[in-house]
Amino acid sequence: MKTFYKKFSEKFIEGLLLLSSTITTLTVLLIVVFLFKEGLGVFNQKPVEEGFVIALNKQNPVNKLSSAQLKNIFDQNITNWIEVGGKKDSIILFRMEDITNYYSEEQIGEQYENLPQCISKVVDSLPNIIAFFSTKYLDKNFQGKQLDIDKISFKEFFSGKEWFPTAQPSAQLGVLPLILGTLWVSLGAILLALPLGLAAAIYMSEIANENVRKIMKPLIELLAGIPSVVYGFFGLVIIVPLIQKTFDLPVGETGLAGSIVLGIMALPTIITISEDAMRNTPRAMKEASLALGASKWQTIYKVVVPYSISGITAGAILGIGRAIGETMAVLMVTGNAAVIPHTILEPVRTIPATIAAELGEASNGGLHYKALFALGCILFIITLIINLTVEYISNRKKYNNR
Amino acid sequence: MYKIESKNVDFFYGPSQALKNINLAIKPNTVTALIGPSGCGKSTYLRLFNRMNDLIDNTKIAGQVIIDGDDIYAKGVNVDSLRKKVGMVFQKPNPFPKTIFENVAYGLRVNGITDKKFIEERVEETIKQVVLWDEVKDKLKKSAFELSGGQQQRLCIARALAIQPSIILMDEPTSALDPISTSKVEELIYELKTKYTIVIVTHNMQQAGRVSDTTAFFYMGELIEYDTTKTIFTNPKVERTQNYITGRFG
Repeated sequence: MKTFYKKFSEKFIEGLLLLSSTITTLTVLLIVVFLFKEGLGVFNQKPVEEGFVIALNKQNPVNKLSSAQLKNIFDQNITNWIEVGGKKDSIILFRMEDITNYYSEEQIGEQYENLPQCISKVVDSLPNIIAFFSTKYLDKNFQGKQLDIDKISFKEFFSGKEWFPTAQPSAQLGVLPLILGTLWVSLGAILLALPLGLAAAIYMSEIANENVRKIMKPLIELLAGIPSVVYGFFGLVIIVPLIQKTFDLPVGETGLAGSIVLGIMALPTIITISEDAMRNTPRAMKEASLALGASKWQTIYKVVVPYSISGITAGAILGIGRAIGETMAVLMVTGNAAVIPHTILEPVRTIPATIAAELGEASNGGLHYKALFALGCILFIITLIINLTVEYISNRKKYNNR
Repeated sequence: MYKIESKNVDFFYGPSQALKNINLAIKPNTVTALIGPSGCGKSTYLRLFNRMNDLIDNTKIAGQVIIDGDDIYAKGVNVDSLRKKVGMVFQKPNPFPKTIFENVAYGLRVNGITDKKFIEERVEETIKQVVLWDEVKDKLKKSAFELSGGQQQRLCIARALAIQPSIILMDEPTSALDPISTSKVEELIYELKTKYTIVIVTHNMQQAGRVSDTTAFFYMGELIEYDTTKTIFTNPKVERTQNYITGRFG
């Protein structure tokens, strides 16, 4: 009886462990699948919101317009058909509310019952018109031609220079400024954090005595526990005004502010991991160097650093990883202008900040919503590459140390 | 004239005394073996000669250690140049994570030598000195970790020889090696004696008997007996030495 009970409980615990690991794995897979399903959906969508039509006069030779061309036409940056491959004639814009310029309220009708015919007539009568209106008011015998609009393409998505997902009539989904903004800020962060972090790690592992180290290490690890919103607040109140004053800028919310805040946040990762790696340098190896008459410094940069270089690299890459994925602090200090940055003293916008800021206002399942998920996919892939790199580097370390 | 002399040396790790009043003098161009059971202080004593114990916190030394007539623990002594004069080979082979060539060149480079040709000649010369040249001449640019344990240890000896020390300290240099590698290292020690003063810590009685001219027996931090190896092994004056050598304790 006792053995049965023992066997049973063992089996039970085994099952429980299997169950929990299965659930975890499935959850992770589910999240990834969901992310990519929603994200890739953006390439199945047209940039013009569903339920809206863009129509031209029948005689207009133009049959296709890209999303960027549409935006420029409606922003009046393009004012002549010749610029988009048509005849040399200036473009007449027509939005739904413009109907009152052509017809009186009585003609349209109290319930807008005559609106479809009116729109049809306007489009038919003006050869240079481009009209943007709801499909609800598309007449059965519409006299114009509906413009054929391409789905969003990979190329457009990744090389587009404008991110304006709520633009009417055509959303601009160029992620280039966001990707560049993310990399820009992260690169700045790592350039600031790496020298400082490395110096601190060298000091703590090689120079500081045990008592100093005992105080410093927990303090630095504490840095990792501070909520990111606090960093953001700190950046907003201290760093942003400082940058504004120092560089005499109109606004202090810049890529530099983001880099500084992220750099501070990446420090504990870099310091802890590279310090551990350096402390793992065999004592015998350091002694061998010193016994050859090398000074402490020579030993550090000729033996300790080369020996622990893979750990240091791993620390730096994980630091970048943290910087790339960081949302809140960056959102608060970078100014969030979705334009391609040219200097570090311009506002930038990162991928995570975009998702956090815009998901709330994107309608569920819509184009904007899917575009944000696609951003999530990009972020996921970037961090995946980073993690794989770290794995590769630490495996290589094992091989070298045999 | 003695090469190394220690006078009334006491050594402390924190509150515990590791060496008690050691007086010992070593002649140039001899091999001296330090023997004794584990924890008897022989390694600690060896590491006094190149001030390696300085790296350990909370240690204290009293008395004098004199090398070439100078007290190496006197104020103002340049430890780096002392260590250049007193080379060391460690218990386990500990090459640097560098190429074979760079391992041997390391000591030259850290001592400020930049003449490429000189370094190349010196490296070749020392690798030949440790009878490793034929085995590694085609892979000088490869990592030192690719060598076998015995080859690595000989490389470490070459590394110590490259900066032309006059004293070589060896801390159980063959304890991690197989018998064939061990005998190669022993032959090497025998040859090196003509140029260097060698102090070797060993647990292996046969080894002490084979390679050394004089032997010092340590027990519990004290120097029990110091004499020619022949005397220690055939006719020791202290009973405890005899017991240790014949394997009755330790």
